[in-house]
Amino acid sequence: MKKAFPILAVLTALFLAYAFYQAMFVAPTDALQGDVYRIIYYHVPSAWTAFLLFFINFIASVQYLANAKPSTQRAANWIVIAVGIIGAMVPFVPQVRQWLNTIGMYPSSAATTALMIPAVYFLIGKYFRGQNLDVLAVTAAEVGVVFCTIVLITGPIWARPVWGIWWAPGDIRLTSTLVLWLIYVSYLVLRRFSDSAQTQKLAAVLAVFGALDVPLVYFSIWFFRTQHPQPVIGGGGSIDPRMLHVLLISWMAFLCFAFLVCWSRFRLEKLLRDVEEAEALESLLEPGGSTARTSKADVSLSSGPK
Amino acid sequence: MNSIKFLYAAYIATWLIHALYLGSLVRRYSRLRQQMKGLGKSGK
Repeated sequence: MKKAFPILAVLTALFLAYAFYQAMFVAPTDALQGDVYRIIYYHVPSAWTAFLLFFINFIASVQYLANAKPSTQRAANWIVIAVGIIGAMVPFVPQVRQWLNTIGMYPSSAATTALMIPAVYFLIGKYFRGQNLDVLAVTAAEVGVVFCTIVLITGPIWARPVWGIWWAPGDIRLTSTLVLWLIYVSYLVLRRFSDSAQTQKLAAVLAVFGALDVPLVYFSIWFFRTQHPQPVIGGGGSIDPRMLHVLLISWMAFLCFAFLVCWSRFRLEKLLRDVEEAEALESLLEPGGSTARTSKADVSLSSGPK
Repeated sequence: MNSIKFLYAAYIATWLIHALYLGSLVRRYSRLRQQMKGLGKSGK
């Protein structure tokens, strides 16, 4: 896998360059906004990537908490399966289908989104276990914050020439996105500065509740009157197919880039924990130290759950 | 409307943020490598 990284990095760089070319020179100019609308090709993919990473952080945190006991894990598995099944069926209930139509959302899209929850949950549970779930959670949160920062910076840069203002105070889409960013920054600050043995669990709980803001951010433009435009896919929004094509290319390129960044960050976190463990072991086994007689069993217990 | 400068500003800001973050990852990685070397030496 180590050898694959440079190859993937070069391919991703080429893909990003292609996406840039498409965004700047191939996508048609917007009739109302002119060329400045091309910010959409960085702003929207960054937002979608941030949401996806926060979703991964949420699933990894739930898995981490559920793995504490086998009974909790079984219960969590069944709850997630139930959420997937109910979530896939409810959009086809006539009343719900009608309501979804009024907000411009396809029932099949809502059902697919609901099925994504158990799919991602079990996929993450299969490939990540114990401490690796916590490592994945912190990785997704940190990279998600980077992408969310880009959303919060490119948004006002786009708003200034189009709306005439940098920020619309009180706008629920903008405010909820800022709150989302603050939640995940506080999650990272908690992890950085807390020395408690319970930090990982506390952070996981914060992540579970913090994730509740993601649907609020996403659906706010459907439920509330906002300055922010309607979504470009579904939700009553419309976009030229050529623009949509470039937007999806740009998102794919950003996803590849995010994957590589997450990969690097994941390895860094693993290395950091190895170094911390080695340092703790060294200080415990130091000759003449107060804890020199500590057994190896104690050392492995102090390094947390595996 | 000279809005093209806003487009450039948004694109530059995006890659600047990514570059800063990647730089911080590289810095943290090299610091850890040094720490590991230090541990290796003291362990001998």
